[in-house]
Amino acid sequence: MGYHRYDAVIVGAGGAGLMAAIQLAGKANIAVVSKLYPPRSHTGAAQGGISAALGNTEEDHWEWHMFDTVKGGDYLVDQDAAEVLSQEAIDAVYELEHMGLPFNRTPDGRIDQRRFGGHTRDYGAGPVRRACYAADRTGHMIIQTLYQQGIKHAVNFFDEHHLVDILFTEDGQCCGVVTYEIRTGEIHVIHAKTVLIASGGFGRVFKITSNAMAGTGDGVALAYRHGVPLMDMEFYQFHPTGLYKLGILVSEAARGEGGIVVNGEGEAFAARYAPTLKDLAPRDMMSRFIYQEVKEGRGIDGKDYVLLDVSHLPPEVIDQKLPDVTDFARVYLGVEPKNEGIPIQPTAHYAMGGLATNIDAQVIRDASSTPVPGLYSAGEAACVSVHGANRLGTNSLVDLVVFGRRAGRHMLSQIQELEFLPLPKNPEARAVEEIRCLLERDKGERVADIRSRMQEVMMDKASVVRSEHSLLEAWREIETLQKAFKSVAIQDKGKCYNTELTEALELGCMLDCAETIVYGSLERTESRGAHYREDYEARDDKDWLAHSMVSRSAGGMRLEKKPIVITKFEPKERKY
Amino acid sequence: MEVTLRIKRYNPETDPKPEFKEYVVNVEPTDRVLDALNQIKWYHDGTLTYRRSCGHGICGSDAMRINGRNRLACKILMKDLGKKVTIEPLMGFRIEKDLLVDMEAFFESYKSVKPYLIADDAPSSGERRQSPEDRARFDDTTKCILCAACTTACPVSWVSDDFVGPAAIVNAHRFIFDSRDQGSADRLRILNSGSGVWRCRTIFNCTDACPRDIKVTDAIEQVKRALIYEQV
Repeated sequence: MGYHRYDAVIVGAGGAGLMAAIQLAGKANIAVVSKLYPPRSHTGAAQGGISAALGNTEEDHWEWHMFDTVKGGDYLVDQDAAEVLSQEAIDAVYELEHMGLPFNRTPDGRIDQRRFGGHTRDYGAGPVRRACYAADRTGHMIIQTLYQQGIKHAVNFFDEHHLVDILFTEDGQCCGVVTYEIRTGEIHVIHAKTVLIASGGFGRVFKITSNAMAGTGDGVALAYRHGVPLMDMEFYQFHPTGLYKLGILVSEAARGEGGIVVNGEGEAFAARYAPTLKDLAPRDMMSRFIYQEVKEGRGIDGKDYVLLDVSHLPPEVIDQKLPDVTDFARVYLGVEPKNEGIPIQPTAHYAMGGLATNIDAQVIRDASSTPVPGLYSAGEAACVSVHGANRLGTNSLVDLVVFGRRAGRHMLSQIQELEFLPLPKNPEARAVEEIRCLLERDKGERVADIRSRMQEVMMDKASVVRSEHSLLEAWREIETLQKAFKSVAIQDKGKCYNTELTEALELGCMLDCAETIVYGSLERTESRGAHYREDYEARDDKDWLAHSMVSRSAGGMRLEKKPIVITKFEPKERKY
Repeated sequence: MEVTLRIKRYNPETDPKPEFKEYVVNVEPTDRVLDALNQIKWYHDGTLTYRRSCGHGICGSDAMRINGRNRLACKILMKDLGKKVTIEPLMGFRIEKDLLVDMEAFFESYKSVKPYLIADDAPSSGERRQSPEDRARFDDTTKCILCAACTTACPVSWVSDDFVGPAAIVNAHRFIFDSRDQGSADRLRILNSGSGVWRCRTIFNCTDACPRDIKVTDAIEQVKRALIYEQV
């Protein structure tokens, strides 16, 4: 067993984790743990852009960005956090540029900006160019740039280490993590003053998803197992334009550049539902529009997909501004976007919910925002909450640089004051036991069977449209699968790169995430943002203008409501 | 359709040396090679080992030799490969297990060319300016996903341990030709050394192998010209 001691350990080497690491590098003794190599992190799959009210191509103000974020999130957004997000986005984007990020440029050499769904001028008057971008590979450029900075600052990387536990003292203070070194099968205890969970989302709980196979919610689920509540898990974003059957993302930038979505009758139907923003209506709405078109028989050939059409755009716009996403259509579907529509369907894309934090990225444990000492979270794993019930396009990248940076800075301020806390007795015991059970069981359930069943159930019963009936069915199924997981068996008994073992560990985490999604969805008897209940179609501000915090104990699951922070914008009906 | 996958297998804990093993699988023509590998791992042989993550050619995890050519398993469809498909790990790096190789030397080479912006203090407000033309000069090499397909397709890399390899040069190019960067002299000095660009024999294997369609050989030639003419 390995034992290490660091002032800060960061779990996850995507945008949030690396942004935090760069704040700490050279000033504190830190380690960054990733189950991949850092540049493989899912931040790299982000395409369209990162919003900031730079005003480089037309008038813009951070207050407008804040308003769009709050309205886009169907007023479930904490407005103090949205203010931080939209204000600090400007400086964070400049910081990325200073680090070397190769943004596309305006003719006068400034960072170029383009339109994106739900981003408007003058509080909803019309679309605005706010998304800073690097072709349609903005996330790739962010992860590359931040990894480059990590190398420059000699950050200590624990590559291909799988998180298997988070350590707490008896009185609930976080004091480190346990990792499983995938190459050797060795267990490492990393004793730390502060821990940042930046391990990303869990889109893999759904059958059709844009998420990487690594998106299994490890950090979120492990914290939950230690009694840390998860917030707003019922809000899961389905991106309207995933490649048909594959779920691979086709960026909203395609519509930002002028692409339209058409149904089986050739109609650009978005205008019928959202007369002002049309195809640039927010994602939750676009996904529901598509669901509705398909339900009423207006899918392509009556099937469950529609077309994203960019064929009317100038070929040079496609080649220069949308090269990667149009290439996906060619490679995976054999479709030439310059001539024909791209078959698309909604795809599970982003978790608005996760570990509840305050605006300094400290994880909080209750409705009165009591921090869990030593524990931080940022990026998709966290819920600040800046996305509320529905995240706007580009705001995930803003979130991870702004709050990753705040996490790093706050950790740095704490490190100087904190002492190392004593580790619990046998800190590795819980993880070692879980792994031993998986390795020693010779016969049992197959990981892939449980996983694919979970993914189907979540897709059919707990995705774009939900009801009490479908959710109760999902609840029973997930309970059954949780039991089945207890008798899962794997064939690989080795120590070297046992990825069958790590897949089993990931499945356990996904089941916990699925459980909280279904539980939150059942309890929330209203429709808001991405959470749409056909048996409660209206938003219910009287009972549900509140975050949900879900936790599990021996007595079962429980939901606590946490008030929304409202500073500037009173909730209104959400129309586009 | 029914396809036979001939996969090079090696488990360091039990096998003296790598050996091919055959698997017959039923796949959709539009399945990725990665889907076929997953099918084997999930339903036939859980010990089959490879890296993968994003599944659509952007994370760079699953480069491997597919019918003798370096490809991303998630970017090649079964219909384009025929009824019998041979899959091997990348060449030139130590095999860790099955299709998974030791990437440490690859990342060390990458780090050796100082792959990060070297520049004076940034302006106190706003961005550094860069014209669209200057931005376009290094656009191609920003696409690199560090998958190692190019470096492990290069015969020079196969036979020498000290050649930095095409991927490292691509990433040096990305900064050498960035108008904001001031570290070019240092990087060019590194690439002018015995482990640098002069080891390249212009074989174009790297360009063929790149899943991102980067003109790798061209980038290497641009670095050579910068050295000869002492200007970028």
